[in-house]
Amino acid sequence: MKEGNRGLSLYTLLVFVFLLGPLVIISITSFEPGTVLKFPPEGFSLRWYRNIFEVSMFMETFKTSIIVSMLGNLLALLLGVPAAYALSRFEFRGRDTLNALFLSPVLIPGIVLGFTLLRYLIVVYGLPIYAGLLIGHTVIMLPFIIRVIASSLANFDFAVEEAAQSLGAGRLETFFKVVLPNIRSGILAAVLIAFLESFNNVDISVFMTGPGVSTLPIQMLTYVQNYFDPTIAAISVILMVLTAALMFIIERLMGFAYFTKR
Amino acid sequence: MNKRYLYLLLLPGFLFLAAFMLIPIILTIVSTFMPDGSLTLEGYMTFFRDGYFNKILLTTLRVSVVTTLVCVVLGYPAAYYISRAGIRKKSILLALSIFPLLTSPVVRSFSWMIILGKKGLLNTFLMNIGLIQKPLEILYTPVAMMVGLVHLFLPLIIITLLGVMENLDYELVRAARSLGASSFTAFRKIIFPLTVPGLIIGSILVFVGSLTAYTTPALLGGKERVVATFLYQNAMTLNDWQAASVIAVIMIVITFVVVGLMNAWANRLNPKG
Repeated sequence: MKEGNRGLSLYTLLVFVFLLGPLVIISITSFEPGTVLKFPPEGFSLRWYRNIFEVSMFMETFKTSIIVSMLGNLLALLLGVPAAYALSRFEFRGRDTLNALFLSPVLIPGIVLGFTLLRYLIVVYGLPIYAGLLIGHTVIMLPFIIRVIASSLANFDFAVEEAAQSLGAGRLETFFKVVLPNIRSGILAAVLIAFLESFNNVDISVFMTGPGVSTLPIQMLTYVQNYFDPTIAAISVILMVLTAALMFIIERLMGFAYFTKR
Repeated sequence: MNKRYLYLLLLPGFLFLAAFMLIPIILTIVSTFMPDGSLTLEGYMTFFRDGYFNKILLTTLRVSVVTTLVCVVLGYPAAYYISRAGIRKKSILLALSIFPLLTSPVVRSFSWMIILGKKGLLNTFLMNIGLIQKPLEILYTPVAMMVGLVHLFLPLIIITLLGVMENLDYELVRAARSLGASSFTAFRKIIFPLTVPGLIIGSILVFVGSLTAYTTPALLGGKERVVATFLYQNAMTLNDWQAASVIAVIMIVITFVVVGLMNAWANRLNPKG
């Protein structure tokens, strides 16, 4: 048993080296002083971190990414919170079907969704690219918002709500004063998870680029296909720090149990 | 329950998804069967007659199958180890599995360009220790795509399996051991069968994910195409929307068939769901 355990722990160690090693390597190469990505780097310099701020494309697309992810998040909340509440709170015919519909954007291949949105939203409906980008991101954020908030509502005792109503509070008042405060951390976690999902998205955004409109991941993708200097490594490090910070907050808000549920 | 109230809560989200997801997808599907008004399968016939598309489809399937197998082989023992670890170690390893999952796929694929490139880390290392004389051509091949995809989806299968393994009753193992079963037999006869449904669900996620992935093949595959990058190329470079739509429908059909079949299989093995 002890032998087997040692073998298994070594195996697991190697799996994690494979998983995290490449991310460590990117981080180290980002400090390369020369113009070509190398490992190990030939010295230590923050030159490429400065370069991020000097290349205006990165700053502009970063701004677009933030705006689209935040606005889309807000839209997804406005659409998703009432839906998650209705789906968790009431029994009605067609509930399972509606639930499946609201979660379906994760099931449809991203690249397929991106293409159909380009074809119909931009070309047929004639929406501006920026609007298409925003709508597309809202669509992909909705399932995450609904799933996380529904799992938060699953722990909420709706008897409390009925008690408030029997004491004379209106439906809306009960929702805002009784239900919402109880699922606050679930909502915040949903917002952060959906934000990461949208901020890192490539499949939708890659079809929604036009004059002056593009997101950071798409800008990075184009840059990597043409240049091989350490700028992308430096951006990667900044993104990983951001990701780690958000992940830490998500863990504080609701633990990691959500991720292991399927 | 007041019906009107229910509609009020669900209608906005429903209309949004209907207008911006359902209708575009349905129209795309319809358009492939009647490109100019009359019903025809010509769009699909040209595709499956075309050797190039068949080759791409085959590459995609092959890469996805291998990726899924490698993810299972790497992920299953790791997940088992994590599920049996102490609380502190478990939460650290869980965090380390979730972190890559939340990290941008562009970043993760890019890291493999540094490693697998002609002058990359791997080639430099192998040449320094004298194992090879000429750099290996790995980047921009299906092998590179596969490595990138395994890296992309390994965390997913680990945490999916963890979800199942955490809920197992390990008292059963103790009982089997006390009745004389070796620890391996106990694992094989008790633990493994109980984790099969999780293994199937995890494998579907990896397989479908690899089949439809865009970023990793676009960065690591070079000129080598998979269906997702081929769809993009047809839509954006060649401006052949009819072809792009046909590929889109093929991808939807494959996804739903695979998910449906594997779900049915997982349910049959575990009637409780």
